[in-house]
Amino acid sequence: MNRYPLWKYVIVALAVVFGFLYTLPNFFGESPAVQVSSGKATVKVDSKVLERVVATLQAAGIENSGIFLDANGVKVRLRDTDAQLKAKDLIEKQFNPDAGDAQYVVALNLLSSSPQWLSSLHALPMYLGLDLRGGVHFLLQVDMRGALTKRLDALGGDLRTLLRDKNVRHAGITREGERVTIRFRDADTRTRARQIVEDNQPDLQLAEQGEGDDLKLATTLRPEAIKRLQEFAIKQNMTTLSNRINELGVAEPVIAQQGADRIVVQLPGVQDTAKAKDILGRTATLEIRMVDETPGAVEAAQAGQPPFGSDLYVERGGLPLLVKKQVVLTGDRLTDAQPGFDNQTHEPAVHLTLDAAGARIFKDVTRDNVGKRMAIVLIEKGKGEVVTAPVIRSEIGGGRVQISGRMSTMEANDTALLLRAGSLAAPMEIIEERTIGPSLGADNIRKGFHSTLWGFAAIAAFMIAYYVLFGLVSVIALACNLLFLVALLSLLQATLTLPGIAAIALALGMAIDANVLINERIREELRNGSTPQAAIHTGYERAFGTILDSNITTLIAGVALLAFGSGPVRGFAVVHCLGILTSLFSAVVVSRALINLIYGRRRRTESLAIGQIWKPGNQHGVIAD
Amino acid sequence: MEFFRISKDIPFMRHALVFNVISLVTFLLAVFFLFSRGLHLSVEFTGGTLIELSYAQAADLEKVRGALGKAGYTDFSVQNFGSSHDVLIRLPLKAEQNTAKIGESVMNALSVEAPGASLRRVEFVGPQVGKELAENGALALLLVVIGIVVYLAFRFEWRFSVSAIIANLHDVVIILGFFAFFQWEFSLSVLAAVLAVLGYSVNESVVVFDRVRETFKKVRGLSTAQVLDHAITSTISRTIITHGSTQMMVLSMLIFGGETLYYFALALTIGICFGIYSSVLVASPLVMWLGVSREQFVRVKKQIEGANRDGAVV
Repeated sequence: MNRYPLWKYVIVALAVVFGFLYTLPNFFGESPAVQVSSGKATVKVDSKVLERVVATLQAAGIENSGIFLDANGVKVRLRDTDAQLKAKDLIEKQFNPDAGDAQYVVALNLLSSSPQWLSSLHALPMYLGLDLRGGVHFLLQVDMRGALTKRLDALGGDLRTLLRDKNVRHAGITREGERVTIRFRDADTRTRARQIVEDNQPDLQLAEQGEGDDLKLATTLRPEAIKRLQEFAIKQNMTTLSNRINELGVAEPVIAQQGADRIVVQLPGVQDTAKAKDILGRTATLEIRMVDETPGAVEAAQAGQPPFGSDLYVERGGLPLLVKKQVVLTGDRLTDAQPGFDNQTHEPAVHLTLDAAGARIFKDVTRDNVGKRMAIVLIEKGKGEVVTAPVIRSEIGGGRVQISGRMSTMEANDTALLLRAGSLAAPMEIIEERTIGPSLGADNIRKGFHSTLWGFAAIAAFMIAYYVLFGLVSVIALACNLLFLVALLSLLQATLTLPGIAAIALALGMAIDANVLINERIREELRNGSTPQAAIHTGYERAFGTILDSNITTLIAGVALLAFGSGPVRGFAVVHCLGILTSLFSAVVVSRALINLIYGRRRRTESLAIGQIWKPGNQHGVIAD
Repeated sequence: MEFFRISKDIPFMRHALVFNVISLVTFLLAVFFLFSRGLHLSVEFTGGTLIELSYAQAADLEKVRGALGKAGYTDFSVQNFGSSHDVLIRLPLKAEQNTAKIGESVMNALSVEAPGASLRRVEFVGPQVGKELAENGALALLLVVIGIVVYLAFRFEWRFSVSAIIANLHDVVIILGFFAFFQWEFSLSVLAAVLAVLGYSVNESVVVFDRVRETFKKVRGLSTAQVLDHAITSTISRTIITHGSTQMMVLSMLIFGGETLYYFALALTIGICFGIYSSVLVASPLVMWLGVSREQFVRVKKQIEGANRDGAVV
């Protein structure tokens, strides 16, 4: 009765082989490497780049221990960290001769030193979280209200242009909270305007308000348009962030959306956290607006009464400046910005390139406003600053714009960097930040490893002492559990954090419960006079129901943690849940297979090596089977 | 080896009232401390900045405090973290602060007065996050409670599920009470430990209840109290051994896991100890008083839902 069919043994054997295979990469460690990836959307990293890297390294006589191309770019494995640093500097110089305009991202990285055949099986080491490998973690919140307000301001401008083009006379367009209101003097005009707006702006919901000669048309964005706007805003911000992070040269940055309006940025291995924060923290949005040059308006604004439709800003030089609220262009129309020099005056300048739609708008605006000033406003955390307010000298077509005058080379560089790094569709704020030094990461790995090791050793010693052979089988099953768990984590590439390691330890501590239940049950059956074979059979049978129930309740807690947890709790929950699943298999199936192998084939079994069975001398029997 | 040489069922239920009074008193004490002292919530919940520094020599905390005070920081706390070389600085959340630069500016402030520190870790949590975490934690707790009640009611009987969850919520409150009384830091990982304990010590009740059900089905003529006594006695060896093993693992974390895992392991330790106590000595009397009886299990195979007591038992 204690024999498994062959297929069950085969399954157990396969599971163990699978466990070994996928756990193996974790033992090989990591070797220093340099990674070359694309710094721009237009730059492709292909086999040509690979050849170039090989040639560069050969020319300098730096030996490498493996070079290959994958989805992330070209990766070169090097013998030691000295060679790694040398190689990085060299490649950086070769590939990015102009530091201001980096085409490629050259970054230090660590690569698994497991052999090629393992990697090709997709057997990779566990993916370590930031608290284990060191690095920076940011959680950024996108200000959706800000995005919406900006969209509505732009909408006001669009409506104005639209009605002017169609020759509809209105009495003013203003934004009031989350709606834009158009005023009219008579109902006919309003009806006509409504028709035009409905035809041209499908995203808008219109409502007629007011009476007499103060008629209004209230326009709001449709809910689906708002949703689209928010999705767009977060995508745009993520793109911008990845552009900015490219400047940092991080090997494996993680930029992911979390929830509806949050972005997680993780930069593993980044040492220079100040620079990272500086670049990310520039959560700026860029807007081009016209300067309000009405005589006397600036003075009025300084006295606290800015004219309707204008904002008072302070220029970099410290001079007050009135800027119209209507946005001509936003930063997302900007495709490139480079520092340089004016061709004629040789003054430092910034060259901007706009996309097609931006170029058309810019052409119209500059044609109508020659001789006037336009302001480039940088908005950081709700506060605006006029970066520069150049005078429009002539109509500018073709989307190539040059800003010059009153700028030092340094300022031109700064401005260009800010413009180029891309501006965000909506303002963002860092709401959570975690920086872990590399030494702390290594410490955490050591601590987690030691906790698990000594805990495991203590349990193993006790189990073998108490249950003898059955204890040994339980320990082997527990070791298999650890093997399966690590293999699964490696296979799924789930992020392993310190709480995750704690969860591994805890999973082992809890998994032994199943074996204790089984062993105690077998002892009890023996005590009640069952034959050894029958005791094994009923022991496993009876214990299974209990094991299942208790594991499911634990799993319920694990799933709740997974659903609601974030950060460290999530890392714990993933491992906790996986651990419960693997322990069910290993404690019941693997240990039974071993016991069956040992006892199942014996014709006559006199006793089981499960430790001393104590029988009460006089049974005050409550059990009367 | 055999630790548990018990020849008679131990009459746990005879002292049920005493145990429940003890539980009630500890529970009320825990609630009292929770309200009077409150939990010492970590930065993750309250928002603020946490900076961990490491000095090559033993750190002079007074100098660090002085330097921070001079730099204009208020309401900060400075303490050793793990060893005398490591320092943990906590800064409260301020409205007008450049959060991105705070780590740097602290380092700058320290470089004059207490030089030689290297930055190990900076954690900044904004006010929005903390509130959400607290809400999510409460939601997770609620989900666990509902999930377990429903599952146990489905597998056993509503009486079992109600007493199991009361017994284990009692554990959770007592863990929280300990954290409030000693003002240990309550962080996200402690929350994870608390929820894990909830799932884990329900295990214990499940094992006992499983035995109760089995005994009810197998043996006739025992009173409910005798059945409970028998079930507890026959599972007590596994209870102690299992919890002992888990505790060995947790102890190992307590010793080797360092400061980060310390409170996590501590919460688990308290949870495990009270888990044994509560599932044996709180859940079982509760089941008894809720009126569990043999018929509820033997009638499982009945034909018609709600058949009266005279109905045929198959």
